[in-house]
Amino acid sequence: MLINFVPRAAPSRAMQYASPLLAVALMMVLGFILCIAVGRNPLTTFYVFTISPVSTLYGFGELLIKAAPLVLIAMGLAIGFQSNIWNIGAEGQLTMGAICAGGLALHYASGDNGFALPAMIVAGAGGGMLWAAIPAFLRSRFNASEILVSLMLNYVAQLLLSYLVYGPWRDPQGFNFPQSRPLPPDALYPILLGDTRLNAGVLIALAAVLLGWLLMKRSFIGFQLKVTGLAEPAARYAGFSTKRAIWFGMLAGGLAAGLAGVGEVAGPLGQLFPTASRGYGYAAIIVAFLGRLNPVGILIAGLFMSLLYLGGEAAQIELNLPSAVTGLFQGTLLFFLLAIDVLVNFRIVVSPARPLRETVS
Amino acid sequence: MTGSMLISIVMATLVAGTPLAYAALGELVAEESGVLNLGIEGMMLAGAVTGFIAASATNSVWIGVAAGMMAGAALAAVFAVVAITLLASQVAAGLALAIFGTGLSSLLGKGYTGTSLVLEPSSVAAVVNQIPIVGPLLTQLHPLVYLSWLLFAGVNYFLYKTKAGLILRAVGESPASAHAIGYPVIRIRYLATIFGGAMSGVAGAYLATVYTPLWTEGMTAGRGWIALALVVFGTWRPARVLFGAYLFGGVTTAQLFAQGAGIPLPPELMSSLPYIATIVVLVLITRSRTLVRMNAPAALGQSFHAYA
Amino acid sequence: MSTSEATAARLELRGIRKSYPSIVANDHVDLTVEPGQIHAVLGENGAGKSTLMKIIYGVVKPDAGDIRWENGSVTIANPAHARRLGIGMVFQHFSLFETLTAAENIALGLPGRSDLTDLSQRIIALSERYGLPIEPARSIYSMSVGERQRVEIVRALLQNPKLLIMDEPTSVLAPQAVETLFETLRRLAREGCSILYISHKLDEIKALCTAATVLRGGKVVGVCDPRRETASDLARMMIGKDIPACQNSQTTSTPEACLTVRSLSIKSDDPFGTDLKDINFTLRSGEIIGIAGISGNGQRELMAALSGETPVADASAISLAGTRIGSLGPRQRRKLGMGFVPEERLGRGAVPSLPLSDNTLLTANGKPMVQLGMIQPTQIKALADNCIATYDVKCAGTNAGAKSLSGGNLQKFIVGREILQRPSVLLISQPTWGVDIGAAAFIRQSLIDLRNAGAGVLVVSEELDELFEICASIAVIARGRLSPFKRASETSVAEIGLAMTGQWPAETYPPEVAGEHAH
Repeated sequence: MLINFVPRAAPSRAMQYASPLLAVALMMVLGFILCIAVGRNPLTTFYVFTISPVSTLYGFGELLIKAAPLVLIAMGLAIGFQSNIWNIGAEGQLTMGAICAGGLALHYASGDNGFALPAMIVAGAGGGMLWAAIPAFLRSRFNASEILVSLMLNYVAQLLLSYLVYGPWRDPQGFNFPQSRPLPPDALYPILLGDTRLNAGVLIALAAVLLGWLLMKRSFIGFQLKVTGLAEPAARYAGFSTKRAIWFGMLAGGLAAGLAGVGEVAGPLGQLFPTASRGYGYAAIIVAFLGRLNPVGILIAGLFMSLLYLGGEAAQIELNLPSAVTGLFQGTLLFFLLAIDVLVNFRIVVSPARPLRETVS
Repeated sequence: MTGSMLISIVMATLVAGTPLAYAALGELVAEESGVLNLGIEGMMLAGAVTGFIAASATNSVWIGVAAGMMAGAALAAVFAVVAITLLASQVAAGLALAIFGTGLSSLLGKGYTGTSLVLEPSSVAAVVNQIPIVGPLLTQLHPLVYLSWLLFAGVNYFLYKTKAGLILRAVGESPASAHAIGYPVIRIRYLATIFGGAMSGVAGAYLATVYTPLWTEGMTAGRGWIALALVVFGTWRPARVLFGAYLFGGVTTAQLFAQGAGIPLPPELMSSLPYIATIVVLVLITRSRTLVRMNAPAALGQSFHAYA
Repeated sequence: MSTSEATAARLELRGIRKSYPSIVANDHVDLTVEPGQIHAVLGENGAGKSTLMKIIYGVVKPDAGDIRWENGSVTIANPAHARRLGIGMVFQHFSLFETLTAAENIALGLPGRSDLTDLSQRIIALSERYGLPIEPARSIYSMSVGERQRVEIVRALLQNPKLLIMDEPTSVLAPQAVETLFETLRRLAREGCSILYISHKLDEIKALCTAATVLRGGKVVGVCDPRRETASDLARMMIGKDIPACQNSQTTSTPEACLTVRSLSIKSDDPFGTDLKDINFTLRSGEIIGIAGISGNGQRELMAALSGETPVADASAISLAGTRIGSLGPRQRRKLGMGFVPEERLGRGAVPSLPLSDNTLLTANGKPMVQLGMIQPTQIKALADNCIATYDVKCAGTNAGAKSLSGGNLQKFIVGREILQRPSVLLISQPTWGVDIGAAAFIRQSLIDLRNAGAGVLVVSEELDELFEICASIAVIARGRLSPFKRASETSVAEIGLAMTGQWPAETYPPEVAGEHAH
């Protein structure tokens, strides 16, 4: 029996919608099997992972507050991914956003400064864009892989933050813990829903989705970026500048990640710690893929990924599962998605085995 | 600087460069077939954790290394299925592998965090130590360091002096032409990719059982990504890749020495040197389009479908 | 020779069938090749010739049918098996590896290990014997297209083939080189080797081949001796009707220059490319001029410089109706009235995975297709519909993906898209390469109609017949230099062929016509 992949005449729209769902389903099946293998009840695990975290209002707020940075960053990354610009440095750009916003707040926010929050937003966005400008410049000028450069900068940003919270920005009243002073109230996002941590950062994420949709689906610049990613010689023929696509793609991701960094510092964190992100920069890559680089898809995928995070935390507490299980599921999900995606452009054709032995009679 | 200090520095450089050498040489072979595997970090960590666990359980570094090698190869095989057979984007599949391998290794290593490996001294080493003058020098380096030189020689010979190596390079240059002549492109790419994974696994196992015999989450600290840059820095030539590995080993060593010598620079700055150095060497090489076109496998990163 | 040997065909195909998702490539094809015969497989683009050859060479498996080799039934499992049987193939698009040497490339086509020095000597011996000079130690990237083809042929010959398949070999050769190739092939045939010669060029087939099988739409429509048929008979068999002739009453061109190129010199951005040296010419409104040349002599670099895809250091080197455009990009040049049809359709002239509507937007993106930076879908669809209707593009509507179109239809779409934007200058490269005869005639007529409407058209082509048919004057590009333009009626194929080797009499540039200043 021979399994062959035969190209389709046109990409299957049905599979484009179905494959993320199938990937999630497969992941759940895998999760079930793993549970049984280690002797846990799969149904209770499922409940702990997916239902219990959002069964309270507070939990619902947590879902949105974690989805916000994921959706925001994924939207920015998607603009780049569509043009084949692979920004893997969202983690570092988020960190720089947090550093710039947090640094500004620590030095200038005094408790009732109305300009503090807007200034922080600008600073954080700028910090993220600056950090993304480095790989953009090196790629457009020297053709250096933006994947490797942006990745290396993740480590550098992380070390910078570490230096700051262990050193000059350490809270003198913090019992020597590596953390900054808590940010004063005027440097924090207003809470939208009482009794939860749901803050205005969610609105920024929604705005990003809207802007992203307009840009990617309706604007001519979005079309240019799309063509650059699909067929570079055609983009050059049409006069669409690859350099512009590189800068646009990278800066969009940097802007989004920087804003997400502000959101963390002005939101759930409330101060600077040695890490500003729980791997959101990497998780957002998966959200972008799962959402098919499409604004609506990213919204849904972001909520789902946020649920996975919450579930992972709940599982840690209630089921004694290590936190690394979230990363494992994320990677598995992406693998499943990539595997099933082959069916978008190819059909499976099963043919009876032919004797491939050469015969001369 | 005294002679013994110089020798120490050289030794430390060789030791620090060895995991990079294994990973980069393995990836070089994979890339020569046209497959770009970005997931080295994941494969290295998988090799590290399985190597550590196996070595702890059996008290043997060699069994640990063998286990690490198989872990790396297994993960590379998964990547190969998705990227080669199922025609997914190699970049996306490599990222998935990196994330997956990192998560998997954290999970497996949960019970071993912070514990270190205590091994019995090797009897072979005791014998070699007796050799006058050279003996103590030779035993300072683990046999895996010497084996990495053998690996380099082997890869070099294979690529440039054998027909199989010629075929491999042809596949990386133009899989369509190789297919038209009749070579099994898919099978060749699988073998090259799995070999690369095995070497990354060895690199990780070495890291966790010899270099710093303990396990912590994410202990590769980006070496997998640096290995990718090393292949570019070495313009896909084994000798230059090996040189690059030791160059970076030197950077790591310099950082340790500087910290030990009490130089008043923040440790985070010293730690960031390898990453910044990686960016610099990347730019140095890729700015010359001719250099890249002449040396990089022309079909690197492209999926191949026979359509027969 | 005993009677049984004399009557045994070398290769016999019976009832071969191969189909793909959207097309039946070979439908019940029979083919018989005798020993020492030069057998043509004739058909226009898309008739199924390449698929049939791939089946014979073991690259593709037929869905049904028999293959008999020297009186025995065979199943050809793969190319290595085909080579072992004695079948050699010289591909149309060479299967060579650019960064490897000729010797290494040839070694890859041979079984087992080869000592490269020993192999090099065998290569030199064989190349001298058959008049195919190559240097074994040179890398392919540094070779001209003709030399590369010789490497392909030597690689096939080193295996002592009994059947040699040549797939469209002369599209990359200058006329003199074609004659040399024919001599080599005749010699091989005399030595007993059968040759399968795939081509759509009727004169060559009549000059070289002793038998011909004609394919149309995947079926065999005739078997004949081309020496006894006229070219028009063969053409009629190939396309089923007479070749449509172009309505080309030569209108006199105006003296206004619409495109002027002065002292254009460019270093190629491709390390394997050709540098341009001091190109000078003038295109006038209302005329079609042509540049002949074998690919690899600088056409790509020239077209990229003219279209704006490559920036030009000296902005005044290129002028469009008096405006210096050297520093402008393709979009700005389009706004000034320049249209461009590249030689690569899928991937450059159109994006394969995008629908025709999006592909219209690719170059037609001024008002009203784009307003205030936003795409206007209804306007785009209207233009796309217009293009499809006017240029007879057979497709499944404006939503059809570009890659679902046949070569001819896609080219008609691209040409139509550019012409509908009413350019004053149209640059077009390899207009009918790989296109079926009906579409080719349509495209040539469209160019003539565009010229009659007052535009200037520059055609770059490897097909000399095409250039002589539609161009008023022709020049040759060779090794980055451009020969002076000669009126088509005053030059000949032989002269053009000579120019292709880089030899033309040194001439000063023709005196300026009044009113045609570049500043």
